[in-house]
Amino acid sequence: MMKALLALEDGRTFSCRSFTGPGEAAGEVVFNTGMSGYQEVLTDPSYRGQMVTMTYPLIGNYGVNPEDVESDRIQVAAFLTREYQAHPSNWRAERSLADYLKSQHVMGVDDLDTRALTRHIRNAGAMRAVVSTTDLDPGALVAKARGIPSMVGLDLARVVTSQAIYRWEEGRSEPLKASETVLDQRLWRHRGRRPSVVAFDFGIKFNILRCLETRGCEILVVPAQTGAETVRALEPDGIFLSNGPGDPEPVVYAVETIRELLGYRPIFGICLGHQLLGLALGGRTYKLKFGHRGINQPVKNLVTGRVEITSQNHGFAVDLDSLDRSAVEVTHINLNDNTLEGFCRQDLGLLAIQYHPEAGPGPHDAHYLFAEFRSLIAGR
Amino acid sequence: MPKRTDIHRILIIGAGPIIISQACEFDYSGTQACKALREEGYEVVLVNSNPATIMTDPDTADRTYIEPVTPQAVSLIIEKERPDALLPTLGGQTGLNTAVEVARMGVLEKYNVELIGASIEAIQKAEDRDRFRRAMGRIGLRIPRSGIATTMEEAHRIAGEIGYPIIVRPSFTLGGTGGGVAYNPEDLEVWAKAGIDASLIHQVMLEESVLGWKEYELEVMRDRNDNVCIICSIENLDPMGVHTGDSITVAPAQTLTDREYQSMRDGAIAIMREIGVDTGGSNVQFAIHPKTGEMVVVEMNPRVSRSSALASKATGYPIAKIAAKLAVGYTLDEIRNDITGETMAAFEPTLDYCVVKIPRWTFEKFPETEDLLTTAMRSVGETMAIGRTFKEALQKALRSLEIGRHGLGADGRDGVERGERAETPLTVTEIEQKLAVPNSQRLFYLRLALKAGLDLEAIHRLTGIDPWFLHQIQQIVAFEDDLTGHQGGHLDREALWSAKRMGFSDVQIAHLTARDEDTVAERRRELGIRPVYKLVDTCAAEFRALTPYYYSTYEEENEARVSDRKKVMILGGGPNRIGQGIEFDYCCVHASFALRKMGIESIMVNSNPETVSTDYDTSDKLYFEPLTKEDVLHIVETERPLGIIVQFGGQTPLNLAVPLARAGVRILGTQPESIDRAEDRELFQAMLHKLGLEQPPNGTATSVAEAAKVAERIGYPVIVRPSYVLGGRAMKIVYDQADLENFTRLAILASPGHPVLIDKFLEDAVELDVDAISDGRATIIGGIMEHIEEAGIHSGDSACVLPPYSIDADLAAEVAAATKSMAAELGVVGLMNVQYAIKDRRLYVLEVNPRASRTVPFVSKATGVPLAKLATRVMLGSTLAELGLTGETVPSHVSVKEAVLPFDRFPGVDTLLGPEMKSTGEVMGIDVDFGRAYAKAQLGAGQHLPVAGTVFLSVEDRDKPALVPVARQLAEIGFAIVATRGTSEFLAASGIANRPINKVSSGRPHVVDAIKNQEIQLVINTGSGRREQTQRDGFEIRRAVLKYRVPYATTLAGAKAMTRGIAALKERALSVRPLQEYF
Repeated sequence: MMKALLALEDGRTFSCRSFTGPGEAAGEVVFNTGMSGYQEVLTDPSYRGQMVTMTYPLIGNYGVNPEDVESDRIQVAAFLTREYQAHPSNWRAERSLADYLKSQHVMGVDDLDTRALTRHIRNAGAMRAVVSTTDLDPGALVAKARGIPSMVGLDLARVVTSQAIYRWEEGRSEPLKASETVLDQRLWRHRGRRPSVVAFDFGIKFNILRCLETRGCEILVVPAQTGAETVRALEPDGIFLSNGPGDPEPVVYAVETIRELLGYRPIFGICLGHQLLGLALGGRTYKLKFGHRGINQPVKNLVTGRVEITSQNHGFAVDLDSLDRSAVEVTHINLNDNTLEGFCRQDLGLLAIQYHPEAGPGPHDAHYLFAEFRSLIAGR
Repeated sequence: MPKRTDIHRILIIGAGPIIISQACEFDYSGTQACKALREEGYEVVLVNSNPATIMTDPDTADRTYIEPVTPQAVSLIIEKERPDALLPTLGGQTGLNTAVEVARMGVLEKYNVELIGASIEAIQKAEDRDRFRRAMGRIGLRIPRSGIATTMEEAHRIAGEIGYPIIVRPSFTLGGTGGGVAYNPEDLEVWAKAGIDASLIHQVMLEESVLGWKEYELEVMRDRNDNVCIICSIENLDPMGVHTGDSITVAPAQTLTDREYQSMRDGAIAIMREIGVDTGGSNVQFAIHPKTGEMVVVEMNPRVSRSSALASKATGYPIAKIAAKLAVGYTLDEIRNDITGETMAAFEPTLDYCVVKIPRWTFEKFPETEDLLTTAMRSVGETMAIGRTFKEALQKALRSLEIGRHGLGADGRDGVERGERAETPLTVTEIEQKLAVPNSQRLFYLRLALKAGLDLEAIHRLTGIDPWFLHQIQQIVAFEDDLTGHQGGHLDREALWSAKRMGFSDVQIAHLTARDEDTVAERRRELGIRPVYKLVDTCAAEFRALTPYYYSTYEEENEARVSDRKKVMILGGGPNRIGQGIEFDYCCVHASFALRKMGIESIMVNSNPETVSTDYDTSDKLYFEPLTKEDVLHIVETERPLGIIVQFGGQTPLNLAVPLARAGVRILGTQPESIDRAEDRELFQAMLHKLGLEQPPNGTATSVAEAAKVAERIGYPVIVRPSYVLGGRAMKIVYDQADLENFTRLAILASPGHPVLIDKFLEDAVELDVDAISDGRATIIGGIMEHIEEAGIHSGDSACVLPPYSIDADLAAEVAAATKSMAAELGVVGLMNVQYAIKDRRLYVLEVNPRASRTVPFVSKATGVPLAKLATRVMLGSTLAELGLTGETVPSHVSVKEAVLPFDRFPGVDTLLGPEMKSTGEVMGIDVDFGRAYAKAQLGAGQHLPVAGTVFLSVEDRDKPALVPVARQLAEIGFAIVATRGTSEFLAASGIANRPINKVSSGRPHVVDAIKNQEIQLVINTGSGRREQTQRDGFEIRRAVLKYRVPYATTLAGAKAMTRGIAALKERALSVRPLQEYF
């Protein structure tokens, strides 16, 4: 255990210690209120560039296992907790959280008044910060925090997206064969038997791919910068736009691609994908003060009148008033703050959901949306 | 969907008396529901026989029936009130069973009453084990393999199929009464028979054992739109095999990954839908195999429960209140979350702290019962603690338990759990035995095991406790060594800070570093190490919280919002235990209400999650904290109240009065010196002498030899007891020197450092309980209660009647005068309770307590005078005259209080009453005359008084003459009489026809056979009998009576009263009347 200091850009500092050895990390500090699911959080690409603090104080209890991952690496910049648990207990646990973090050189911090930090972010907003064991000088660290780039205007999808197109089959990714050099509809192995879906990877979570596959889809995952003509060449039955980190606005290339594809095939967007769809339809996005991150967010489905408890992870949102309400149907709103959580356009076959129906972590209340996407495809 | 407008009047059934497995949590939930429904404009009709509840306060409901919670009484109320709807899910199992029975009788249909919250169909699907098993099968959830048996043959056949060990669970019982684990056919014989007997429908389920599996609970809410939320997850530290009410539990679940948690959540939601709980809260229990993760469903309760009360307090989410609103048609997204004020009730609370609940047992009250925990619940209360870590919460919970411990051992009290002072080390084998068999002290044995060098793997094998918890405990124990390293040396900041963050109390730190508590506290203050207060806010700080509900912890940031208003702090009573229960919580809640009405900020401190006092909106501020000097002083330092009320919460806060006063805290009302003067024998005697009052001859002793001398002087029989103990713990009537010596030894142990008190026992005296209120000048009698059982039976176990029926005006005046002179002499400001005995028209003062007594709620309900509220105002300077209280209120109706005893939970314990209190709760009967009021009290207490049939009589020689008129009256009513030989002959000689019957020791068929054959409807059996054989014969009868639920009296006074009750019932059938019509 090493003494550490967390410094925020507004000058506030918190004493803490590292449970992963010496190091320094920087990023935007955000909090997540889920009481379970830290391994999924760590590996969710949407957290790229962020230091995540868990509001639940005891972290590491059930260790780390090979299954509960949302990508092939730890994505967070650093992990901030109140009391690290060095002795995990769970029948699936294979290693401790500290080992896991250390193996990927990600800093784990504990002994931090995480509630004080959370309250500070709630009041002052998510902000840039640096945590360090090597530099314990508050002034210097605060200065460093001010030096890192702001999340606003940052295109992180470009950073986390896969470099090449790949298949998702039987619960894992599979690179295209060397022989498969032509990107056209011959790539589909189950053409006609299963709906084929092109999934844009802006930082896609594995659980989305698992859910699409469970619903019978065959999936090709394509890099964020993939153009509309490539998609058309693949002749998919449906298009999926994934979640991802950062600000949607600078992801202009994707917005343009989406605009070109509107009406071509049914499109389902989740999280960043939802925001990009909003932009493509002429809407605006804005940064929330401290975002929605947790697995207890109530969302009302305005079509059924029912409430879903949802998994969320977003710092930006689509401005409800910026959408053309004569064309766009608002389908979901957040009951806590009435922000937009989902919309659709029947005429274009669009389905956009701000939260995470795939869960991982979180409740399964919104799994039905994958079935809706399938029906949209079937309806064409 | 908005609320329903087609219903207007709603009947709520309360849970009745406090019993094991049904404590104040149902007052908490019922009170919330009443408030919630009235807020919505509904008229609420309430029935509950328990006078010590806030729900039965005349202004909680519109129409309040303090009547027995029986199908008959509820039917009468329905007939009279014609409610539109009945909400059956808030009164525990009693309320639910009563509603089911009322429905079965056709009463609901007849008067067109709609059952809201849960349908009969849903209740039965959840409660009938066989139907439940099939329902789970339909949704693809596994429950342990099982079979239903109604006969022993079936039981053996099923056990043969499933294999041993096998769990026996009776259908339709409370807290698993009669349930247990059978390891072989012989055990099965015992458990299955008991289970079939205990079950209301004579059926047991035999279930595949999942002993040692991890146990979880989810609290679930559903609305009519089929929205479902999980309010709280709970993980049991004790694995399957210990009743969840007897398990140490932790919220939230600690060792589940999100995947596993979500599949449990999915299961719970599917269960809600399949069982068909339309609206409201339910509790679902799961077991998980520790090695494979296989999940089975254990059970579900389609109603609010003890766990839902715990979940409400643990999360800040008011389950009962929301359940009531859902029952009248609201949906979760239409109800605001009171804590944040901006978000909705449709969400799942998230915690940023750890909650630990530890049950409070009272095995010391029942020495004949072994201290072991099974699937039948034994604890009488619980305490909850909140900390930022498990370790902190665990230690806080342990010091909240009121068992004399200051944390997880290391407090200089080791060895006490084994009934000895010396720290004789246990052998490893002894420790292993204590680990292998769950018991009330197991946490302390875990520590001893670690100290003795047992490794965690071995401890895990013995206990089945998850290694995660064992590691936490190991970290606490290991830290002891860090502290002992500071003996003699300097206590540095680092060590102290770490210790406090692990939940160590100053007493523990002092013990480990060989200092005293005050020195440690002093050192901490020097170093600036003080706790901060954080909020319970349902949302882990995501939103601002409006309600100030705090817990302490050692962190950087303090969130206590200290106002500059005038404020008063009230100390609650801690966990329920025998001798200190809901009555004291009632007084604390009243104090809070009174303060708020006066515009003074009320600050409640308590650690009991079951209570109304710890509801988030009872007081202006709530500190959910242990009631220790250290913890209370910290709050005082933060809040700086103008004063603190200690006289309402029972012995717990009273014990803190002197240390707090010494630390400079202002105690409101009667001063600690007066409390001391009333408790200290010599000071007390001097006072009585000065006032010309008399007490039974007595003396004190600090050794066994001294005790013998005192007894010699005053003559046997004598009552022996330690000072400073509530509830008559370790108190006994002894008849000879051998007994005296044995018992004195125990008494010295129970109250170390305080003398043992020895009083002459006044046989056959009438005992009175008097509650009075004083403003320091004037004293007004609140009520005089006459005990029905004679002196020598603990006042808490004795039935009593108000107004008294056998003392005349002169004696009553003498009692009033004596009470007033003592109040004046002691300078009582607030409440006072005096116990008197009258023998041969002489008045003896037995005991004076310058504080609220157990009877305050009863007296307040009987007279309509809110004593605790008035006392609060008096403590803050009002005079009684200003408050309009100028004289005693003697009602024209009669109120009877009856104690409710937990003997059915403690096999092998005799049901005889004595000076040691054993009751867990009380009921009230109220009517125009004694007979009817007494009959109601008996019915409320579960004694189904017969009006015809056969009565069995067997009394001690000295009771025989007085039995004659009782027997004669019973004969006149039409009862046939059977009696044991001596009694039979005596009655025959007095001209009363009867048939002799064998005692158990005189050959068969005997009386117990007759009881089992249901040939006897009423039993009168006295015999505190000192002869062993008499006692054993009596014991067999009394246990049989308990088992077969035959009404019984064990004192002649009780028998007389019971006969009057039966006569009254015979004369005119039961009728009901709301409290509001008595005043």
